[in-house]
Amino acid sequence: MSGRLKNKVALVTGGASGFGRASAIRLAEEGALVCVTDVNEAEGEATAAMLGNRGFFHRMDVTSDGDWTDTMRAVLGRYAKLDVLVNSAGVAAAQDNIEECDDAVWDFVMDVNLTGTYLGCRHAIAPMRRAGGGSIVNLASVLALKGEGGALAYCASKGGVRLLTKAVAVHCGHDKNGIRCNAICPGYMLTAMLYDFLDTLNDREGEHARLASMHALGRLGDADDVAQMVLFLASDESRFVTGTEMVVDGGFTAG
Amino acid sequence: MGRCNDRIALVTGGASGIGAAAARLLAAQGARVMIADRDAEKGVKVAREIGAAAQSVRLDVADAASWEAAVAATLEAFGGWTVLVNSAGILRHGSIESESLEDWRQIMEINVKGTWRGCKLAVAHMKEAGGSIVNLSSIAGIEAGSDLCAYSVSKGAVRLLTKSIALYCADRGWQVRCNSVHPGIIETPMLHTYFAEQPDPEAERAAWDQVMPLGIRGEPEDIGHMIVYLASDESRLVTGAEMVVDGGAMAR
Repeated sequence: MSGRLKNKVALVTGGASGFGRASAIRLAEEGALVCVTDVNEAEGEATAAMLGNRGFFHRMDVTSDGDWTDTMRAVLGRYAKLDVLVNSAGVAAAQDNIEECDDAVWDFVMDVNLTGTYLGCRHAIAPMRRAGGGSIVNLASVLALKGEGGALAYCASKGGVRLLTKAVAVHCGHDKNGIRCNAICPGYMLTAMLYDFLDTLNDREGEHARLASMHALGRLGDADDVAQMVLFLASDESRFVTGTEMVVDGGFTAG
Repeated sequence: MGRCNDRIALVTGGASGIGAAAARLLAAQGARVMIADRDAEKGVKVAREIGAAAQSVRLDVADAASWEAAVAATLEAFGGWTVLVNSAGILRHGSIESESLEDWRQIMEINVKGTWRGCKLAVAHMKEAGGSIVNLSSIAGIEAGSDLCAYSVSKGAVRLLTKSIALYCADRGWQVRCNSVHPGIIETPMLHTYFAEQPDPEAERAAWDQVMPLGIRGEPEDIGHMIVYLASDESRLVTGAEMVVDGGAMAR
């Protein structure tokens, strides 16, 4: 442990899998104490168990304002402060194109991905201000930068996260509260979310190959690639970084 | 134990500002570093401060032979070359009306062609065993400044030069990544010289400070940390990306 997050307290949503789990592990490895949240209790508890005595699980639905209040109370009760928030909880949906996407699909994707992130930023600011500053890391996507026909609400929600991030960063800058807010735009990654999507298809391998070919490096990255950038943004190494989107995408957006 | 163990980095503009900070931080993470700078004397000084992990060589990035010699010196000193940081650059005030052709040419020669020369040599060398190229662009390479015409254009060129190289190497399956870093206003000798040359340095300084919502001034180390990330395997999936480190200047 090289201690890049020594004495920091972090809250990671969507911690039961994917980017959330990988980030929780990486932050704890570097010295942070981590509250892992998710709606999936079994896998969320499993992530917390991987952190040993450096973390705990707290069940939370990111779309619930009340759950956020409750979770903040739990974090502050246990660790007395909050330095880092990683808004990693996110969903994708089938039938997510402009003709098939109905109210239910739209609301589900927007609620979790965008409203959930908004609520997280809202609830994190007061405790971070008291701690003298902090770092909010929002998981957007390369689909916040480029369109995909079968990811309508997903693109809209992640595009929203990208500019929500900038608005929060500018607000906090003007407020001189020491809080930074940045987004990460991962490419398609080998996470449970992607595997779930591939499982809905007849030609699983064909789609995997097609997605890999959209990335210049010709392969899909994994959650650890994203966790390394989460770590950079969470640490004081990035103290001059705010309002940006960091692309970690194997060259998806380069050409 | 370091994040850049076994890395061998050539850092242009390595004797001052962002280049010197990058060299120090890379060495602190286990890399061996060749400080390449036009100011050979200052390069020696920075290399000495770093210690056994660093050496220096005189490099004029606008000169092809000088580049060849710097690369040869790196291979000779460390037996390999896996990281190139193109940090050498110049900044001059000038709009489309006020700028002289001479200034335009010099800015392009150093900021763009100098970077291009380094990338060409790095790709030729690194395509066998892999490597990471980090090009210093600027936020002015994404959003132009009206009084920084040639500078903005040069940094915009570096931004797309970077992406083209990233795609070229990836298409061939070479493990050479190429990314750009876009600093905002950073407290470097280049910036301080720029202010000193303005009719009203104080007013110019105040105006530039207003640009950054974060309300702190950026130091060379702030960029150096991003360069360490891009030089290390932590960024193995990152290529053709533009990393903005600007105190929030571009967020609004």
